[in-house]
Amino acid sequence: MAGKPKLHYTKGRGKMESIRWLLAAAGVEFEEEFIETKEDLEKLRNDGVLLFQQVPMVEIDGMRMVQTRAILSYIAAKYNLYGKDLKERAWIDMYVEGTTDLMGMIMFLPFQQADTKEKNLALIIERATTRYFPVYEKALKDHGQDYLVGNKLSWADVHLLEAILMAEECKPDVLSAFPLLQAFKGRISNIPTIKKFLQPGSQRKPPTDEKFVAVVRKIFNI
Amino acid sequence: MSGKPKLHYFNGRGRMEPIRWLLAAAGVEFEESFLEKKEDLTKLQKDGSLLFQQVPMVEIDGMKLVQTRAIANYIATKYNLYGKDMKERALIDMYVEGMFDLNELLMTYGFLPADKKEEHFANMMDKAENRYFPVFEKVLKDHGNDFLVGSQLSRADIQLLEIILMAEEWKPDTLAKFPVLQSFKARLSNIPTIKKFLQPGSQRKPLIQAEEVPKIISIFY
Repeated sequence: MAGKPKLHYTKGRGKMESIRWLLAAAGVEFEEEFIETKEDLEKLRNDGVLLFQQVPMVEIDGMRMVQTRAILSYIAAKYNLYGKDLKERAWIDMYVEGTTDLMGMIMFLPFQQADTKEKNLALIIERATTRYFPVYEKALKDHGQDYLVGNKLSWADVHLLEAILMAEECKPDVLSAFPLLQAFKGRISNIPTIKKFLQPGSQRKPPTDEKFVAVVRKIFNI
Repeated sequence: MSGKPKLHYFNGRGRMEPIRWLLAAAGVEFEESFLEKKEDLTKLQKDGSLLFQQVPMVEIDGMKLVQTRAIANYIATKYNLYGKDMKERALIDMYVEGMFDLNELLMTYGFLPADKKEEHFANMMDKAENRYFPVFEKVLKDHGNDFLVGSQLSRADIQLLEIILMAEEWKPDTLAKFPVLQSFKARLSNIPTIKKFLQPGSQRKPLIQAEEVPKIISIFY
């Protein structure tokens, strides 16, 4: 028993990726146990370790935590990435919910049929550039600080960097109208723990390709 | 300016209802501004009042909070409905996220076209009775306490009561196999602030009627 958090999920990004990002940014080493077949998932279910029969599940501090947001909130609070008071937390929560909505759209793209995929890709770019990125650009512009909330690195910054990189995978110049977000991206990417996570060989997972979609469909029966 | 929180949404449950429940349970009076047509939403968007151009939005403590969970987290913390420490919060969060998932299924049912309803209904009741209710029945049974987490009322209890009542609207005997949840329901419903919210004339919204659906959809699309 290592005492390190242990992540249970597939070997892909999905809903666990934001958790990997946050732990990595906080400099927390973690282990991973990958679900590779339907039987692996069934075993976890039959062992009674998944509160609602779902993953992500993270073993941390003697708990078997499930539900992505619950896990992320716990990690953020534990590692001081959740602001200094209730009002900062409210801002962090709002910003994170926005990036969650955007990344949620991107996450499902590989699972769609070709015709809906094209339509949804266009919608993602539209939402990214007209609904979400303008908000974060403005937040940074208004206070002129390096971080979104409270002049200190928080969960909101890590989540935004993750969302930016995912959006750039959809459209490389998606940040062209957002100079402050470009600078933000450069700055946050250079934070040592995050820089390390961005390097090859880290526990960061690659984008989901067609082959992996087939694996996921089999495991979750979708 | 009353100082009371002000809720911006349409005159129905949707994603605002859990927030109404929380405020009511906490004994907090609140005002509501209802969106009745698309122009009402457009006006809020143009005013810059909606961070991501969406409702729910709640004006509270000088902020215009958006995103259901951000709003609920803020209210729960402010009114002491979020446990006493990080570990209690972790449990509350896990339970509440499960309830949000079930709420999503229960809430969207009324908006579905007729041909999609049957399958969705079967799925939502299956999830309620085989995935979610057993968990909460076991939690309460195992510790034998009155509340889901710790020794005092939390948002987890309030939200559980809310989804129990919503599930019962669709299937009145949904709690048949869950005796501990039946007592929980009775006990929670008797808490004075909640009892008041459950009475006619409160700000609790009714189940959506089929005739209202087109009007609501036209606000947003």
